[in-house]
Amino acid sequence: MAKAAARKSGVAAPSVERRPALAGQELSATGVTLAVLPPAERISLRAPDASVAALSKALGVTLPRKPKTSAAKAGRTALWLGPDEWLVIDEVGRDPLADCAEVTVLHSAVGISHRNVAISVTGPAAAATINSGCPQDLSLDAFPVGAASRTILGKVEIVLLRTASDAFRVECWRSFSDYVFIFLSEAAGDAAA
Amino acid sequence: MLLIRCPYCEEERPELEFRNAGEAHIARSADMAATSDDDFEKFFFIRSNPKGIIYERWRHMHGCARFFNAVRDTVSDRFLMTYKAGEPKPAKLPGAAK
Amino acid sequence: MIAAFRIPGAGRLKQAETARFSFDGQSYAGVEGDTLASALLANGVHLVGRSFKYHRPRGFLSAGAEEPNALVEIKRDFARKTPNVRATVQELYDGLTAQSQNRWPSLAFDVGAVNDIASPLFSAGFYYKTFMWPKSAWKNLYEPKIRAAAGLGVAPDQPDPDHYSARFAHCDVLVLGGGAAGIAAALAAAETGVRVILADEQADFGGSLRFESGAKIDGQDGFAWAQGAVATLKAMDNVRVLSRTTAFGYYAQNFVGLVERVSDHLQNPGREQPRERLWQVRAKRVVLATGAIERHMVFADNDRPGIMLASAARTYLNHYGVAVGRNVGVYTANDSAYAAAIDLKKAGVGVAAIVDLRDNPTGPIIDEARALGIEINFGRAVIRAGGKLRVSSMTVQPKNGGGERTIPVDAIMMSAGWTPSVHLFSQSRGKVAFNDETKRFVPGTYAQDCVSVGACNGTDGLSATIDEAYAAGAKAAKDAGANTVKGTKPKVDASESWSRGMLGAAPGAGPDTTVKAFVDFQNDVTAKDIRQAVHEGMRSIEHVKRFTTNGMATDQGKTSNMHGLAIAAETLDKPIPQVGLTTFRAPYTPVTFGAIIGHARGPLFDPTRKTAIHPWAERQGAVFEDVGQWKRAWYFPKAGEDMHAAVDRECVTVRKTAGLFDASTLGKIEVVGPDAAKFMELLYTNPWEKLEPGRCRYGIMLREDGFIYDDGVVGRLAPDRFHVTTTTGGAPRVMNHMEDYLQTEFPHLNVWLTSITEQWAVIAVQGPKSREIIAPLVEGIDMSDGALPHMSVREGRICGVPTRLFRMSFTGERGFEVNVPADYGQAVWEALWAEGQKHGACAYGTEAMHVLRAEKGYIIVGQDTDGTVTPGDAGLDWAVGKKKTDFVGIRGMARPDLVAKGRKQLVGLKTKDPKVVLEEGAQIVGDPKQAIPMTMIGHVTSSYWSQNCGRSIALALVAGGRDRMGETLSVPMPNGTIEVEVTGMVFFDEKGERLNG
Repeated sequence: MAKAAARKSGVAAPSVERRPALAGQELSATGVTLAVLPPAERISLRAPDASVAALSKALGVTLPRKPKTSAAKAGRTALWLGPDEWLVIDEVGRDPLADCAEVTVLHSAVGISHRNVAISVTGPAAAATINSGCPQDLSLDAFPVGAASRTILGKVEIVLLRTASDAFRVECWRSFSDYVFIFLSEAAGDAAA
Repeated sequence: MLLIRCPYCEEERPELEFRNAGEAHIARSADMAATSDDDFEKFFFIRSNPKGIIYERWRHMHGCARFFNAVRDTVSDRFLMTYKAGEPKPAKLPGAAK
Repeated sequence: MIAAFRIPGAGRLKQAETARFSFDGQSYAGVEGDTLASALLANGVHLVGRSFKYHRPRGFLSAGAEEPNALVEIKRDFARKTPNVRATVQELYDGLTAQSQNRWPSLAFDVGAVNDIASPLFSAGFYYKTFMWPKSAWKNLYEPKIRAAAGLGVAPDQPDPDHYSARFAHCDVLVLGGGAAGIAAALAAAETGVRVILADEQADFGGSLRFESGAKIDGQDGFAWAQGAVATLKAMDNVRVLSRTTAFGYYAQNFVGLVERVSDHLQNPGREQPRERLWQVRAKRVVLATGAIERHMVFADNDRPGIMLASAARTYLNHYGVAVGRNVGVYTANDSAYAAAIDLKKAGVGVAAIVDLRDNPTGPIIDEARALGIEINFGRAVIRAGGKLRVSSMTVQPKNGGGERTIPVDAIMMSAGWTPSVHLFSQSRGKVAFNDETKRFVPGTYAQDCVSVGACNGTDGLSATIDEAYAAGAKAAKDAGANTVKGTKPKVDASESWSRGMLGAAPGAGPDTTVKAFVDFQNDVTAKDIRQAVHEGMRSIEHVKRFTTNGMATDQGKTSNMHGLAIAAETLDKPIPQVGLTTFRAPYTPVTFGAIIGHARGPLFDPTRKTAIHPWAERQGAVFEDVGQWKRAWYFPKAGEDMHAAVDRECVTVRKTAGLFDASTLGKIEVVGPDAAKFMELLYTNPWEKLEPGRCRYGIMLREDGFIYDDGVVGRLAPDRFHVTTTTGGAPRVMNHMEDYLQTEFPHLNVWLTSITEQWAVIAVQGPKSREIIAPLVEGIDMSDGALPHMSVREGRICGVPTRLFRMSFTGERGFEVNVPADYGQAVWEALWAEGQKHGACAYGTEAMHVLRAEKGYIIVGQDTDGTVTPGDAGLDWAVGKKKTDFVGIRGMARPDLVAKGRKQLVGLKTKDPKVVLEEGAQIVGDPKQAIPMTMIGHVTSSYWSQNCGRSIALALVAGGRDRMGETLSVPMPNGTIEVEVTGMVFFDEKGERLNG
């Protein structure tokens, strides 16, 4: 953390308040808990095969090559979203955009930290809660721990990451977060069935 | 709801994640500006709309976001196969012998 | 107090646990576990409804979901009124309130029953014939009258206060039907460890084991075995057991829709509990164990209350402990009615006589009936039922004619045999095959990965059923990937067997008769109607179905299909398979709209998108408008202001000092890569290669046909990085359009697209004071006109937050658009607002934005264009790169019609009376005195009152518009014709001096 802060030094700190969407909202139901996660650093990373090794090195996490998978190291997670597309999430305050800026191989890194909102869905009824609106098979065989996918929840698009056998991270765009949280809340009430 | 095999995700995924994108293998001319009226008409307006085998484009919109091609039977609504964008029209179709 | 027809000790319910309920205002006592049907029957009530067309009194035909007659309204409160509930399915709870339907003034005396007397008017196809003349009367007279008279039930008129849940589920083996076959299949599959879902529409599993007193499995009574087996299944982690759950539709690739009725049977459903839960199940294998439905006998007045299927009467006795009468007649062509007679007789109920159409059937079950002293008549038919509100007698005659004899009865149990329930199989697109020997349609060719077992497969006998089902369950599991089988097949110790029965009309209801012998009770279709349809030329069974309505609507042929088909075949003198079978359609039983909608109501009907600045606008009392899914601040009224006053003030303030506008909803796409400029060249009409980093350009995007698709300002941040903006509504489709070309037409380009719409909140600051407002908060950007000219972009910081600062204008004033990371949007807005206050700036909404841009003649794609407007039509030729050799739309633009003279072109319009504001969409004509219909030469696309201009202004698409400058045209309106003058599109600051003012 200290190192990361140092790298950002020389830049004025914001003099205004950051107001994340749904900050701190939580909900508990039988078998499942929802919690809006704190802000994180995120980039949308696009790159051809030839650039993956160099980018992995710069980011400190191996970009996964297999569909529907992710890789995580030291608070930074890279989710395979498409054959040349990754969502990189950093939860410990290091900016992956800065890391990529030093890489000269062909790629596109675009900051989307504020575009997405993350909600954690945890508990034995977590999968059932999400399956209320997500048509994918979320059994551990089909969607194991670490599996990641862009998909659908009700009428909106989400990115789904399984962080543990009974825990998921749901990412959606900022303006859809109201919908997603309400949807998950309603679904949570019926998920123990 | 159909299951569609995404050639990039390498598995079948629910239709809700996909969006149809019209007929496949209609190439845009490299010299578009010089295309004749007739050729432009064929390129832009004319579609085969067959009863039976259709080659069509789909996008895994809410998945890997890739466009790809599919062969579907419009009578049975079955997908015979899917393949990546840019790959040639398959010479042989699985199960087409019947 | 025990009800009159409840037999102490009979059935499986705890008779001491009573539940009060009311039917048509009368209070009754039932027992926990009853259905409304069994509870009413226990109280001797058979009359529960009036039929659809003839308003004939009706009772219970069945004890299950196939019930065509006993449809009632269940009322919990004013908003919770459910019509057309099958009384045979509705479980009783204490306090249940039910009402009969389709009768007035009362069930016993129904005025509509005049239709029965006037029935010659209402025979098959009556609505195609009787009401044809005069034509206008159909809409105004006949249809409303028929609808009022013939409706079944009344839809509730209040919003549904219940909530409904939904779940996607996946499994290896889905077993549909929880009778002996389904349970055996589920056991076999579950024991392998694969994921199994077992669903049954009843509250209790067991299917026909509910009434089959002769079944013994694994040493137990059949029903008890079923309960034990289901308890075993429920205890397994890999099994989900769903009771009260109907598989209503079988779709492609083993996708099955099920509705679970969660709380309709509860007295006080919990607030959290949904009323129903929709399961959308994807199964690797499906086992269909949907059983068979008993057929009724088709004879005169076979619909009198008290006449029911033998298996139903048996279910009421053996499961619910209820006798359907005290002196019951039996009419059959099938053994299984004997079993019912025997059970009733043994329970102490009088059995008046068995009338068997067959000549000399033999077998132990017939011997047993005889031994019990039941009168048996072979080779005879019931030719008529007596009674009106309740059956009182059956008139018996030798089947080939002869002397009649009338036997008094208070109920008749009938059985013409069993029809395999192939509904779901048929929905799966499987083809049924006719078995000539057993005269039934059974699954033939399969279209999906499913298998039918037991009665629905035409398999007779419990032993054969369990053998078949258990093997099929194990195979389904294996096919789905299981590798171990370790279970034990249930052993059948005793079972019943039913012989076949008959199809079609029974003697006494033949072609030479005019009696009402019902084939389809729900749709009031008689044997005579089917024959009439054939006589009137219907040859296909599908035509017969539509002409007579046989098997239509919610019945879906459950009880009526085979009889109807047999009568049609007989009349056509063709074998049954040649006449064919009608298609079974989903849903198997009716599904509520609530179940289909699920969570998608209220805030979940459609996402409501709000910007980061939305809460501030809300606090300021902004009025919002919907723009797609977005809520946008429309205008900011001050105390006492109406919309007109607020918009005028906002427009004037922006041009006088400055205004702040939330432009966050504009679509934004970051285009990154070494080929970014090449890609932009191909997707937009404009040239981009030479646009310097730090500069912006207004871009136009076309479709391949040459028409305007979208527009927006594009900033080049770096040689390989563009920040593209799109219209609010166009953002998703523009992204899709760009990805489509990039991935499939120009995949060789090294460039990638990322949606950044929601990464950045956008605050437009527009007006002469805009720079003074922004500058104090900005770091690292030289704000002077020399360093930051109109149409340029810089990255720096504002309020310590990273910003992409655009110098651009959609108002014609000096203007900026401040992009900041969304979470900081509100705080930066507040800081800018505070600065703005020092200069008298205002916040303005989308309405003022529209007026201000119209004053400058800036178009809005989708308002001033409609998908048939070229850049030339819109006066935007200047934005098309003349030297470019390719871009999307380059060829389309050159099509003959798109370059022809006389196309509609965008122009300005000034009303002769400056106070008159035109209506958007109003049509424009040349000579207003021409004959009607007038030749329309264009229409108004944008029209506003402009306080800044002191007059109304409008934009319009007018044929050959730019050649009509100064011409007077007319806009005919209901209150008179409005004269307008064609002008240029710029109404304010024509020279554009204020951009730097």
